[in-house]
Amino acid sequence: MVPITTLHYLVVAAALFVLGVIGVLTRRNVVIVLMSIELILNAVNLNLVAFSRIYGLHGQIFAIFVITDAAAEAAVGLGILIAFFRNKETVNVDEVDLLKW
Amino acid sequence: MAPVATTFFFYFLSGLTVFSGVLVITRRNPVHSALALILALLGQAGLYLMLYAPFVAGVQIILYAGGIMVLFLFVIMLVNIEKSQKEEQFNKQWLVGILAAVSLGVLFVLVYTRGKSLFPDRVAQLPEQSNTQEVAVLLYGNYMFAFEIASLLLLVAIIGAVVMAKKRI
Amino acid sequence: MLDYIKSYLSSDVTPGAAGNLFWAFVYILLIFLGLSVAVIAMNWLERKILAHMQVRLGPMRVGPHGLLQPIADAIKLLIKEDIMPAEADPFVFWVAPIVVVITTFTVFIVVPFGPTHAVTDMNIGVLFMLGVSSLSVLGIVMAGWASNSHYPLMGALRSSAQMVSYEIAMALAVVSAVLMTSLNREGTGTLSMIGIVQAQQVQQTWFVFKFFPLGLIAFFIFAVAMIAETNRAPFDLPEAESELTAGFHTEYSGFRWSLFFLAEYSAMIAVSSIAVTLWLGGWLRPFPHWLRGEPSDLVFSLFPGLTFLFLAAMAFYSTARMPKHPYFRVQTIGLAGFGAVLALVGLILFVRPVRDRIQDIYWFSTKVAFSMYMYIWYRGTFPRYRFDQLMKVGWKVLLPMGIGVLILTAFVGVLL
Repeated sequence: MVPITTLHYLVVAAALFVLGVIGVLTRRNVVIVLMSIELILNAVNLNLVAFSRIYGLHGQIFAIFVITDAAAEAAVGLGILIAFFRNKETVNVDEVDLLKW
Repeated sequence: MAPVATTFFFYFLSGLTVFSGVLVITRRNPVHSALALILALLGQAGLYLMLYAPFVAGVQIILYAGGIMVLFLFVIMLVNIEKSQKEEQFNKQWLVGILAAVSLGVLFVLVYTRGKSLFPDRVAQLPEQSNTQEVAVLLYGNYMFAFEIASLLLLVAIIGAVVMAKKRI
Repeated sequence: MLDYIKSYLSSDVTPGAAGNLFWAFVYILLIFLGLSVAVIAMNWLERKILAHMQVRLGPMRVGPHGLLQPIADAIKLLIKEDIMPAEADPFVFWVAPIVVVITTFTVFIVVPFGPTHAVTDMNIGVLFMLGVSSLSVLGIVMAGWASNSHYPLMGALRSSAQMVSYEIAMALAVVSAVLMTSLNREGTGTLSMIGIVQAQQVQQTWFVFKFFPLGLIAFFIFAVAMIAETNRAPFDLPEAESELTAGFHTEYSGFRWSLFFLAEYSAMIAVSSIAVTLWLGGWLRPFPHWLRGEPSDLVFSLFPGLTFLFLAAMAFYSTARMPKHPYFRVQTIGLAGFGAVLALVGLILFVRPVRDRIQDIYWFSTKVAFSMYMYIWYRGTFPRYRFDQLMKVGWKVLLPMGIGVLILTAFVGVLL
């Protein structure tokens, strides 16, 4: 069989990225949109760690920082979701239109 | 230490991760989506282990699968109303969205296959036995400033999340 | 085939390091069997010890002195009807106990029973154990939510909030122990479990006694946090019967409930293994450096056999005290047989080749058993914490103590 090179990991990361983008663009439930954003971040992480196999440990350090930032962003995003849910009893992105003219 | 059955594990783990990704974006019930995302994250941790990055794999399991996803599940349980599961799940522009994303993916694969000569095919010497120690040397040496900024960012995120979720400020 | 077995038995690396799948499977099977026996023994021991602490007798009927009680409980649970609540989510309801059991059992891959007796020695051993045991919180949340009922949901939310809070205190205590591993000559610490015990061997002190009282306080923080992490008394409000009708596993019956029960006891053994490895010296016998040399080695190597002979003596003593009524004949014979089996095992453990190999596993198991006894003792002694008191202790008492111990350990480690 073909030996597994870095290219294989990059293709997997691209697939995950595309799935995450589809999730963000097409779903109406805010929680699932946030989860698709986490998928995108994971795809980026996989890319970084795959390249760190060639170029040294800097990619892994960056990946650790990306995971930390993803945690912070998920916490704040879910806080906003809870605050919004308390005002309007819905989790539909199409109904976030209070500023619509 | 010789790697064992690399090809099988790569295809198994990457298939698991991509399949779970598909489940995340297609399930009607957000709890099922969250469980599929946990499976995707665990598959990804396995892929990190195959890339000789055990520390990032450990951090992924603890933080992402064991921390962020617990947070997601809590919030889903707090805002899970039955009404949202009976509504229309995909918005009206779903076809355009899928086409745009797939063309982006095709662009990526084209760049990878055409530009394969641009990055070297060598493999860096990453001994698995001292990975944590070397990550620590880099993290507390070159990237000390970024480390401190990340801790400040987490502090701001904690305060922000608490303020957002309070009933009355 | 025999040479293959012999060639592996005389090797000095773990199966993971040698890339040897067959022996890894054998080790995993042995760990699985050992855990099952340990859980069964824990069930019996808990009921008997708790009963004797409360000046009553505990199960006495099922076998001699209730020795067959766990088997009777297991058979009862297996033949019970499998109920699923009407509006419950069937997939999540089915998968929740499986997740809890799998994550609890996966922890045992890195538990070191000896210098080469772990399935694999990952570079991130301690990180892996903490991470995988934090995945069991997900199983509990899923169980509570899928039951579609108030009490399980409240129990699951409380239980997972408690577990997540005490994980942080646990992690801080673990970090201060890992910090102590870096005080050797090269100045590099290690996260691998075998490396931590070897660091204690090189520094010639168990980490619980290092920089007295810092190691002791760190061990104390970890001991309290591990009880809260496994939802045991006095932190068992989320699953106490008088409070929440068994919490997150209310709606589970029969075999599914026994999976939760198995996972709870295995989690207790897992976190006790972490505590023993990090602070109590792992597989090292007491005083390996102070009392070294041939006679001390001989004396300490007789301990496994003597333990089993002592247990056999207790069994024979109870046989002698059995009532002399014909109805008790079967039980008396059974107890005498059990005592004979224990004596036989003890005598086998006196044979020289077995004696040399069983040392590490014996001392590790003894320390974990001591930790299990402390678990049962706490259950019999302390009243239950109310939930807000529980969270207050986790965040406002243990977390500052953990940070203080970490900073002080770092200072003292640099100065000395």
